[in-house]
Amino acid sequence: MTEVSVVKEDVAATGDLVVLKNVNKHFGALHVLQDIDLTIARGEVVVVIGPSGSGKSTLCRTINRLETIDGGTITIDGRPLPQEGKELARLRADVGMVFQSFNLFAHKTVLENVMLGQLKVRKADRKQAQEKARALLDRVGVGTQADKYPAQLSGGQQQRVAIARALAMDPKVMLFDEPTSALDPEMINEVLEVMQQLARDGMTMIVVTHEMGFARSAANRVVFMADGRIVEQATPDQFFSNPASDRAKDFLSKILHH
Amino acid sequence: MPSTYATHPEAREIVFDFLQGYDVLGAFWTTVKLTVFSAVGSLVWGTLLAAMRVSPVPLMRGFGTAYVNIVRNIPLTVIVIFTSLGLADIFGVTLGASDFKVQGFRLAVLGLTAYTAAFVCEALRSGINTVPVGQAEAARAIGLNFSQTLRLIVLPQAFRAVIGPLANVLIALTKNTTVAAAISVAEAAALMKTMIENEAQTVAVGAVFAFGFVVLTLPTGLFLGWLAKRLAVKR
Ligand SMILES: Nc1ncnc2c1ncn2[C@@H]1O[C@H](COP(=O)(O)OP(=O)(O)OP(=O)(O)O)[C@@H](O)[C@H]1O
Ligand SMILES: [Mg+2]
Repeated sequence: MTEVSVVKEDVAATGDLVVLKNVNKHFGALHVLQDIDLTIARGEVVVVIGPSGSGKSTLCRTINRLETIDGGTITIDGRPLPQEGKELARLRADVGMVFQSFNLFAHKTVLENVMLGQLKVRKADRKQAQEKARALLDRVGVGTQADKYPAQLSGGQQQRVAIARALAMDPKVMLFDEPTSALDPEMINEVLEVMQQLARDGMTMIVVTHEMGFARSAANRVVFMADGRIVEQATPDQFFSNPASDRAKDFLSKILHH
Repeated sequence: MPSTYATHPEAREIVFDFLQGYDVLGAFWTTVKLTVFSAVGSLVWGTLLAAMRVSPVPLMRGFGTAYVNIVRNIPLTVIVIFTSLGLADIFGVTLGASDFKVQGFRLAVLGLTAYTAAFVCEALRSGINTVPVGQAEAARAIGLNFSQTLRLIVLPQAFRAVIGPLANVLIALTKNTTVAAAISVAEAAALMKTMIENEAQTVAVGAVFAFGFVVLTLPTGLFLGWLAKRLAVKR
């Protein structure tokens, strides 16, 4: 186990939105996150890439505390991640999350999916929540599906609804964990386009993905992980054309040959 | 049938003669009331128990587990007699009842609820296991707390998944109400016993009561089966 370093400083002033310092996490004997230091500025789009099992999902999940950490600190907008309880729920509402498997609420309509958090967490008025939900569904291009159930939608449509559901909370940062890897190829682009638009609108985004087109066009930075460590960070151009580490070279040669 | 009685009024007398002087409908009405009150009680209490069994608080989990394992393994008759002899006679629990009949009824509902809740809890818990973890994670990710996640996302899907098993619990409950006869609640089985003692047509008496119970349970099963199909969550 690594020492817990309790470093507290006012990051809000510097424009850093998400700051991980010396984060460590184990699953039993497996050291999944090792001394992770990562700072994401307001408005920045960071793509996390790396081989399977390298800890990318775990990293994402620790940022909204779906996974706890064993050591280190994580701050969002200058505030350290709270323990359980009300504070934590509020923080989670500020951090949007989009899952690989969509995870839309199966017993609720598309519209209800996008309204639920507004009503129950933000305590919004029903009429306003509905207007906002419809506007968001239009924005991601599934406005006409509002009254259907998730199972009646295609994967690409479901994932766009999931993005709308996260956006409905007005999050400060959005986490995407392989948002297109459960999709049929012809649906990948419709989701990436929505994400690209979001990036252009200035949303702070952490995106685990192997879509290099998206990384090149939308990301400010690529973070390459292997074996629970951040091995290298660079601009997309630099990373894809001239990776510094052997691990990255090896990894890129594998995914490029696919 | 009614026309037969109208044309041959004597037929009715001969065939259903043994029902004379007994309040069969009243007895079945008591059975229905026992069932309904105990069903509502055990659904509420069983849901709370299920919530305890999946809660993050170890003490609650422990209580839920212990309750289910103990109560499930005690014969219902023992539980119902305990409510009467133990709770009422020794500890003086009367549940606010003024007369003996009302007290017996309420104690029977209490015993039936305590017992059936353990089965409702287990049915629900298996339903909770059919809800993918991603559902709860997505709920937590938008900022819902534990109880909201359970109430708004997990339990509604769990209930829909176990309407079938819950129907079986309800049907068993309807039949189990006959145990209330042990503490002198005048429900159907108690009346049947009296009638069998006093009448010659014991087989006919038995048939009438068997038919009565089928009339109560069959529509319940059919209705809930239909509901289960209608409400099934598509994934
Ligand atoms: N809940 C868990 N319990 C135990 N081990 C886990 C758990 N979740 C993940 N792991 C392990 O931790 C390691 C990192 O997992 P993680 O899902 O973060 O990897 P990943 O980089 O997202 O991989 P992939 O590209 O396959 O999604 C893996 O070896 C995985 O088996
Ligand atoms: Mg992953």
